[in-house]
Amino acid sequence: MTTTDKNALSRQAPWRVELRKAKKNRERAEIPRVRMNEQDAARRSRNKEEVNLGLTPAQAMQEAVRCLDCPNPSCMEGCPVGVQIPTFIKYIEAGRFPEAAGTLKETNALPAVCGRVCPQERQCEARCIHLKMKKEAVAIGYLERFAADHERESGQISVPKTAPSNGIRVAVAGSGPAGLSFAGDMARMGYEVTVFEALHRIGGVLRYGIPEFRLPKRIVDMEIDILRQMGVRFIPNCIVGKTLSREDLLAEGFRGIFVAGGAGLPNFMGIPGENLLGVMSSNEYLTRVNLMEADDPESDTPVWRGKNVAVIGGGNTAMDSVRTARRLGAERAVIVYRRSEAEMPARLEEVKHAREEGIEFLTLHNPIEYLGDEKGRVRGMRLQKMCLGEPDASGRRRPEPIEGAIETLDTDEVIVSVGVSPNPLIPTAFKGLQLSERGCILVEESTLRSSLGEVYAGGDIVRGGATVILAMGDGRRAARAMNAAWRAEP
Amino acid sequence: MHRILSKERFSSRVVKLEVEAPLIARARKAGHFVIVKTGEKGERIPLTIAGADTQRGSITLVVQAVGTSTEKICALKEGDEITDLAGPLGQATHIEKVGTVLCAGGGVGVAPLMPIVEAMQQAGNRVIVVLAARTRELILLEEPMRAFSDEVILMTEDGSYGEKGLVTQGVENVIRREKVDLCVTIGPAVMMKFVAALTKRYEIPTIASLNTIMVDATGMCGACRVTVGGKTRFVCVDGPEFDAHQVDFNEMLLRLKGYDNDR
Repeated sequence: MTTTDKNALSRQAPWRVELRKAKKNRERAEIPRVRMNEQDAARRSRNKEEVNLGLTPAQAMQEAVRCLDCPNPSCMEGCPVGVQIPTFIKYIEAGRFPEAAGTLKETNALPAVCGRVCPQERQCEARCIHLKMKKEAVAIGYLERFAADHERESGQISVPKTAPSNGIRVAVAGSGPAGLSFAGDMARMGYEVTVFEALHRIGGVLRYGIPEFRLPKRIVDMEIDILRQMGVRFIPNCIVGKTLSREDLLAEGFRGIFVAGGAGLPNFMGIPGENLLGVMSSNEYLTRVNLMEADDPESDTPVWRGKNVAVIGGGNTAMDSVRTARRLGAERAVIVYRRSEAEMPARLEEVKHAREEGIEFLTLHNPIEYLGDEKGRVRGMRLQKMCLGEPDASGRRRPEPIEGAIETLDTDEVIVSVGVSPNPLIPTAFKGLQLSERGCILVEESTLRSSLGEVYAGGDIVRGGATVILAMGDGRRAARAMNAAWRAEP
Repeated sequence: MHRILSKERFSSRVVKLEVEAPLIARARKAGHFVIVKTGEKGERIPLTIAGADTQRGSITLVVQAVGTSTEKICALKEGDEITDLAGPLGQATHIEKVGTVLCAGGGVGVAPLMPIVEAMQQAGNRVIVVLAARTRELILLEEPMRAFSDEVILMTEDGSYGEKGLVTQGVENVIRREKVDLCVTIGPAVMMKFVAALTKRYEIPTIASLNTIMVDATGMCGACRVTVGGKTRFVCVDGPEFDAHQVDFNEMLLRLKGYDNDR
């Protein structure tokens, strides 16, 4: 049964029919969308606590009333993991919060994470019926977060049921969102899952990439703990392709391998001065702060604390970096982006939050050279002013240099956040694995199976650089496909 | 998990540790490195593997106390555990029979040179080793080097042992004396810079193993980037060994200082 069918079935339940009848759709649509409670901007830009504070039960129940419980919920089509959106929302409306959380966990191994970092405005909420009525979408993301948080805070966390063990061992390379989602689904189906992580902590990008103020690490720990309770084994400090080869894994009795090694190799622009001291990738900067906790005086890992920090790029990682710099004491923190704000790939919420925290935006500017002092430290950059031309392959208007329009910007730290290339470790270590020109693992689209039969792959190692939820969707699809392939075999 | 099976003190600041790591011992080859982190709040630092014993399931690390993290590692005792250890990382040394290989090591760089010397000799090369240190006490691994090479030349800056002089003098003496087909150098960056400059004059292909600052060491952060032949390369996944004549050592020396005053 698909999750859409499940939602339809639950929709027939008497309690839900009653609930629908309790209020007219017009009344539901008249309720204004809830506003997220937030930590004050001046205060939060000096601490690392979470910016969004979540909804109260009353706010959540009120927001849940807004959902019309459509017979054909288009929101679900916008969800890469197929969450039964109306079902969990109606449980919230009915005040049955644990069941709302349980519904989420049927399809989503990390609801508390997704409720915080998914770009809902481009997925489920972009398809909400309210938009067709010129109203704001139901705050599906806030409600997801509410249900998951309420369960955690109640202390009565339900562990999803797993099928009896079938004794089949599967290995996962990488413990980021794709790997965790795959592990959860396979464990649920009765497989014996072992997740290998190259770093010393579990969570992949959720650990090293997304900052505490957007995704508290205790939430990541809690979601991982649920997977542990479902029987998933986690082995840190083990680099698949290096510590253990593909052959080692097969010899150990693993029947399938899901490769979710994530994006690696930060892109640099290849301009003069990029290797000056104080110029670094956002991956380095965020890893130092998030994974290594360099902001903690007890930590042995150092980090630059510029007073005048420039971050190059307009994506979510750029926003995470610039907002982190502010929290580490930057008096001035600037986003330098070559297109205009309309083309920025970052979530609107992140841009809004950044602006509230005093981040400056220098759009239509592109660095062409970094300037150093006598000690080799960055002290400024030369910027080419840009204008927008015709749309390019991405559908966004192409930035073009305005001849002769060069400016300089003083800075004592530069964080380059202009995308990543796939991690080369596994692609080069697994002989016979077919790769794209960019070095991404090539997979069959519907099954995510690679050219090596027992190896499946998903997330950024396949996509090159996407979102947490797309990676999680890949994990689910690969789990379903691997299970189906083995069921078909004698 | 990663217990210290034995510890030997080479000098006041240099120790040799044999660490339990059966999977790494099995997978490692000459040239590989590991990431070591001591304590929950420890730093991740790269150390090139100096040897392995697959029977005992252990690897050997030679560590010089030069900063917070290396001091913590050197303070560990037999029976202690290393909190986190991961590897083997990097590309293995390309080993083939080329004729005469001159291996020049300085400081604790002598330790990771050991497996390369061994592998080069086993591949059928004539192997000459130049070991250099400030003073006699700091000359490492002389005996095992003798066992796996055709000749060992010792250089000390104060003349307390072997010949008086720098590693480059030892290297140049050999080059003047006989045909050298390949030079491999591991040591402090400034030493490798001068060895590279010397062998370039004599047009002898030279490999240097670089030890830069790293964080994840799996190709993710770019902290370790160096310029080789005008291109940016990542030491953790593209290296640690590169054509020494192409490496921008001045930039590397500068980048090694990136965190000296930024605590």
